[in-house]
Amino acid sequence: MKLLYFAWLRQKIGVETEQVALPDDVTDVAGLIVWLKGRGDNYAEALKNDKVIKVAVNQAYARPGTALKGSDEVALFPPVTGG
Amino acid sequence: MIRVQREDFDVGAELRALTAHDTGIGGVASFVGLVRDMTSGTGASAMTLEHYEGMTQKQLAEVEAEARARWELSGVTIVHRYGRLEPGEQIVLVLTASPHRQAALESCAFLIDWLKTRAPFWKLEETPEGSRWVEARASDDAATARWERDGGKRSS
Repeated sequence: MKLLYFAWLRQKIGVETEQVALPDDVTDVAGLIVWLKGRGDNYAEALKNDKVIKVAVNQAYARPGTALKGSDEVALFPPVTGG
Repeated sequence: MIRVQREDFDVGAELRALTAHDTGIGGVASFVGLVRDMTSGTGASAMTLEHYEGMTQKQLAEVEAEARARWELSGVTIVHRYGRLEPGEQIVLVLTASPHRQAALESCAFLIDWLKTRAPFWKLEETPEGSRWVEARASDDAATARWERDGGKRSS
């Protein structure tokens, strides 16, 4: 799975994008965030306040229950501030 | 027409391009967003806009499709810039053309409200104390919420 991070999430985690192999028991967005938090202090700190984190699966907004598969492109980012 | 670009845009040229060859258009509404000096004179506060290329284009296309489904529109132009911008610079343009003014005015307001809460852009401000990410405002969500079609969820 391809993961992308934007804005302060990218800064806190320290990478822009990465390729990961999901464990079998991670099947949705909520599970992905729990799993990511366990990957290191930088992830735990960046994802601490997970209520504000937005997630897009294949460039469309997703919900905690959105299902995931290995070929997905998943982006995590803070609330948007364009316009 | 949707464009996401680093370069500045010419409002007059965009307007002429939108209305050329369509004499059925009765009016064009416009919104031009500018970079505001947030430091109120204490120093230049430039900002850098980051975006999620690919998703940005997709989201803007969805927002345009939604506007076209709700109003009778002859044409829509959305230009959003990214990269480093200084106070006073143009950052976003929304043009809506319609046979009727109400459709043009309403859909223009709808588009800017929606894109502010959906298009994946993030502003990093330069301040005298260092750079900081602009936080999303609850008022922007409220502005988008007023366009919800089934606002009746609350009462029913």
